[in-house]
Amino acid sequence: MPATFFYTIEVIANGLMTGVMYSLVALGFVLIFKASGVFNYAQGVMALFAALTLVGIQTGQVPFAHLINTIFGTHYDKFGWQVPTLVAILLALGVMILFAYLVERLILKHLVNQDPIILFMATIGLAYFMEGFGDLMWGSDIKKLDVGLPQGGNLWLEGATAGWAEGFYGFYLDNLDMWATAIAVVLVASLMFFSNYTKTGRALRAVADDNQAALSVGISLRTIWVIVWSLAGFVALVAGIMWGAKSGVQFSLSLIALKALPVLMLGGFTSIPGAIVGGMIIGVGEKLFEFSVGPYIGGATENWFAYVLALLFLVFRPQGLFGEKIIERV
Amino acid sequence: MNATAESYVTADGRTIGAPVMEMKNITLKFGGVTAISDISFDIREGEIRAIIGPNGAGKSSMLNVINGFYHPQEGEIWFHGEKRKPMKPYQIAQQGIARTFQNIALFKGMSTLDNIMTGRFTHMKTNMLMQAIWKGPAEREENLNREIVEHVIDFLEIQAIRKTPVGRLPYGLQKRVELGRALAAQPKLLLLDEPMAGMNVEEKEDMSRFILDVNDEFGTTIALIEHDMGVVMDISDRVVVLDYGKKIGDGTPDEVRNNQDVIDAYLGVAHD
Repeated sequence: MPATFFYTIEVIANGLMTGVMYSLVALGFVLIFKASGVFNYAQGVMALFAALTLVGIQTGQVPFAHLINTIFGTHYDKFGWQVPTLVAILLALGVMILFAYLVERLILKHLVNQDPIILFMATIGLAYFMEGFGDLMWGSDIKKLDVGLPQGGNLWLEGATAGWAEGFYGFYLDNLDMWATAIAVVLVASLMFFSNYTKTGRALRAVADDNQAALSVGISLRTIWVIVWSLAGFVALVAGIMWGAKSGVQFSLSLIALKALPVLMLGGFTSIPGAIVGGMIIGVGEKLFEFSVGPYIGGATENWFAYVLALLFLVFRPQGLFGEKIIERV
Repeated sequence: MNATAESYVTADGRTIGAPVMEMKNITLKFGGVTAISDISFDIREGEIRAIIGPNGAGKSSMLNVINGFYHPQEGEIWFHGEKRKPMKPYQIAQQGIARTFQNIALFKGMSTLDNIMTGRFTHMKTNMLMQAIWKGPAEREENLNREIVEHVIDFLEIQAIRKTPVGRLPYGLQKRVELGRALAAQPKLLLLDEPMAGMNVEEKEDMSRFILDVNDEFGTTIALIEHDMGVVMDISDRVVVLDYGKKIGDGTPDEVRNNQDVIDAYLGVAHD
């Protein structure tokens, strides 16, 4: 086997894992879109906010420190304690659930029966508000997120596979990416199980399908919305942790939402497995394209190739790979 | 038959109990249009109560008032001897009122089994955390309710389509699944909005049989809207007749059949 063969495999493996990272973000979109038909523009910012909150709690930052100091002339910054990672994650999850409750209370409740475009606008407003609020609460500096996951290339794998071909120095796979993949797989499997075999899961699917019928069997729409936004908050937290650990918690993190868009176009807006498979196809596609064609056209193809791929899919399957087929009976 | 009596005995010898639901002077308006005007009637424990009337008489509106989709501007609703406060439909479902819809409102992407399982929603009490952990209370509760659902599936003879997404089922079967979802709730009061609309003769016979069996075997109180007069007269114990939002008749099928106002409403009468 020539070395390029192994390098191609390495590119594919890395593409798959990058794709899973995109999927983590796409998953949050799918959850909310499926249950309420709302395209939640704020999903990326939710991931950022979750990550900011996690770091803030973990490192014992004083929330709204800047605001407090300005008003009272004090110099608070840190509480001076460190919160164990697991506790901090649970607390951050609590904040995301509280956030979901507030979104329902203050926004969604008042927009019942409005057009999807109105709700979409509301989520745009929400996104920018949250970005500012996150800044106000935790400060705008780039933060390092360490949740104890191993980082950097896996040396064992590299050593074990080196020399499989002449000029091949072993597979280089990032530990964090591998962890992210494992976590995403577990997350999706549990979400699927939850949605298929529990009372609340069925209620979520029921509301997604027919509001009136759901009401008639005793399901409260508002409770379901809080649950859905909480789940999306949870997924955002996971995505925030993974992306934050990879590239630091900074405000550009909210832009990962843009990477989720082609994934959604490809996988369909209503399918959880679609988000995963879509992410993987996008990940592999853009990495392979960059690897094989990139060098001839000056590289940096990863910024746009995903969208070309997604557009191609749109032409042939407008509902996405796994989306519900759009059939209009005449 | 005396309308104020505490109980009465039907033609086929069943004893009908006290009122489960009493509608008192209900008036429902949409803007300037009065859909229901000052209507009172009751539904008694164990009976099959039909609401009939020409198109636009206010039958479906009445069902929507009972089930909480509409809130009447005037009048009182008494359920099990208590005056009901204005409630959301899901709260009313929790009180034990289940319904089907004229234009079938099933969860089309879900299987027959899952659809009927949603009918058990109000009976399942484990919280989110327990469900997330799954092992223990949540799993036990799921299995317990699954048994009840399987019983409903057997009862309605739809074992063969248990795993089929209901969107793919023919119309008649969808109607049956919808009935199954309402039955799974083991309701105190079952509302059926045109259970036989759009069915052929054979399907109508099946559905009539199921309705009678439900009433007979589980003692379920049923209120139904239906256009097929033959069916209504056959299966119901008492009939209330609406026309232009007003009540024009109330009594046993025989009484209603011979009521001049009802005959006029259905056949039309020369106004001079």
